[in-house]
Amino acid sequence: MSFYEEYKKFSSDGFLSFFNELEDKDIRCVLSKSRLSNLDYLALLSPRAEKYLEEMAQKAHRLTLQHFGRTIQLFTPLYLSNYCVNSCVYCGFQVHNKLVRKKLSPDEVNAEAQIIAGTGLKHILILTGESRKHSPVTYIKDCTSVLKKYFTSIAIEVYPLSEQEYADLVRIGVDSLTMYQEAYNEQVYLAMHPAGPKRDYQFRLDAPERACRAGIRSVNLGALLGLHDWRTEAFFTGLHADYLQNNYPDVEVSISPPRMRPHLGGFTPPVAVSDKNLVQYILAFRLFMPRGGITVSTRENPQLREDLIKLGVTKMSAGSCTAVGGRTEPAESTGQFDISDERDVAAMTGVIYSHGYQPVFKDWQTI
Amino acid sequence: MYDTLVIGGQEVASRLFLGTGKFASNSMIPELVNVSGARVVTVAIRRVDPDYPEENVANYIPAGCIQMPNTSGARNAREAVRIAKLGRAAGCGNWVKIEVIADNRYLLPDNYETIKATEELAADGFVVLPYISPDLMAARKLEEVGAAAVMPLGAPIGTNRGLKTKELIKILIEEISLPVIVDAGIGRPSQAAEAMEMGAAAVLVNTAIATAKDPLAMARAFGQAVEAGRTAFLANPGEVFEYARASSPLTGFLRNE
Ligand code: SF4
Repeated sequence: MSFYEEYKKFSSDGFLSFFNELEDKDIRCVLSKSRLSNLDYLALLSPRAEKYLEEMAQKAHRLTLQHFGRTIQLFTPLYLSNYCVNSCVYCGFQVHNKLVRKKLSPDEVNAEAQIIAGTGLKHILILTGESRKHSPVTYIKDCTSVLKKYFTSIAIEVYPLSEQEYADLVRIGVDSLTMYQEAYNEQVYLAMHPAGPKRDYQFRLDAPERACRAGIRSVNLGALLGLHDWRTEAFFTGLHADYLQNNYPDVEVSISPPRMRPHLGGFTPPVAVSDKNLVQYILAFRLFMPRGGITVSTRENPQLREDLIKLGVTKMSAGSCTAVGGRTEPAESTGQFDISDERDVAAMTGVIYSHGYQPVFKDWQTI
Repeated sequence: MYDTLVIGGQEVASRLFLGTGKFASNSMIPELVNVSGARVVTVAIRRVDPDYPEENVANYIPAGCIQMPNTSGARNAREAVRIAKLGRAAGCGNWVKIEVIADNRYLLPDNYETIKATEELAADGFVVLPYISPDLMAARKLEEVGAAAVMPLGAPIGTNRGLKTKELIKILIEEISLPVIVDAGIGRPSQAAEAMEMGAAAVLVNTAIATAKDPLAMARAFGQAVEAGRTAFLANPGEVFEYARASSPLTGFLRNE
């Protein structure tokens, strides 16, 4: 099985004519449904649906309250290593960029973990660039063992692994996977990933499914917004999430809508994605998958993050730092991208409460 | 008349059970308990964090309440058993609501895995309250393996749709000697009252209170509705007549024969 079969059912010319044929009554009809089809979701992502954003927001808000209550789960990323063999044109860590390369030793992981644990967070997301030489799976395992002393839930955002490798990580306590396809459009994907193992589109596309088969508890998907037309990218992300939820009903599926941020290397995103676009994406996804998680990272600015709380977001990062070892030695290395919301966990906690929501520090524990 | 609910040998003073997963703040819990009169409060073991007192839901449950941890997050019997034991080890007591859900789209419980977990935990001394789809055979089996009550859903979790499974719950109430506690789906105090009038032993509510504009007022209303419904059940409501009873009966002329 592969989501690739689903992806191939849609040709990019089809989207334009689908959007052009939509009428107001079609959008209203979708808004009155409780279970949306793939094409209903696409309709909500259309330009035509833009004037129904408020209706969508009201419904998204209700659905989110119903299924998640007034809670926002908090987590923080921990960058373990920025060695990378890929040359993704949009990323500060890519192989050709001159930057201080660094990889945390188990002791350094321990030191960073202590600082993060001091904030009360229990969910952590560990990240590495793609380098099987510098950060092999055994290294990820060693780091996981250190982190297990401090955190109840460990998510990974690393290069795609084999099913067996995922199973090994699940066994030692990794419970979640974040895997951004970056660009679902295959041509755009190939253009953005000119060299390196990441060029293998389908190996990456199938990674979440391999993790599901290997017994992971939750997966988080996303397209990097700005690389290609956001409406179709949002559509495929949702379709991918829905596909996994249908085939692996016991896995918690969520999406992230990350937008491009400045970084070392100065790549300008080919497509602008406005706040309004981002909101439309989040709302459409919430209506399509009422129980799907939605993660918003510190890439977004503080005010927007707060405004998004009521629109369907269920998870947020806080106290982020995208540089390897950046918490213990702030000036040492360069981050993957600039973060926009610099507030620490205590500040975010206050902000979330002030909006009438509860920050959840611990929402799962590896068993 | 002395009307008490006894579960696992323990007397429970209120028939409204309060779920806690969806509130804007844990600090609301004591007040909600107070106004609703609830005496059994559920907490998800997945959310219990002994290392961090301020955010630990278990620290907000007032003295005098029975804490009922649940196994939410469990996808099969094995995980439910492990979570229940973790909860007991963390000091959550020996009551446990078994929640085994392997379908994240509808969050419907897996009765088969629930029965397996119940059997194992009951044998291990837990007071086990399993959350189930209302199925008579499953309920009978649960009774057999040592459940302390059964908790059928009224409608899918979080939907506030009310007693959609009413006919099936009625059968459980008639056929099962364990307390039947309606869990999930109840969205309005009137629906809670209806469940109680039908003879449910208790109802468990979270979403309906958490998503109300004024959760405190809604909690109070639920407390009152559950009491009213229970009183009505005990009062044995009069028969429901299909037709109006005419004051001049059509067959009155036969009276003198
Ligand atoms: S996006 Fe990931 S794989 Fe690509 S260059 Fe950056 S760190 Fe390497």
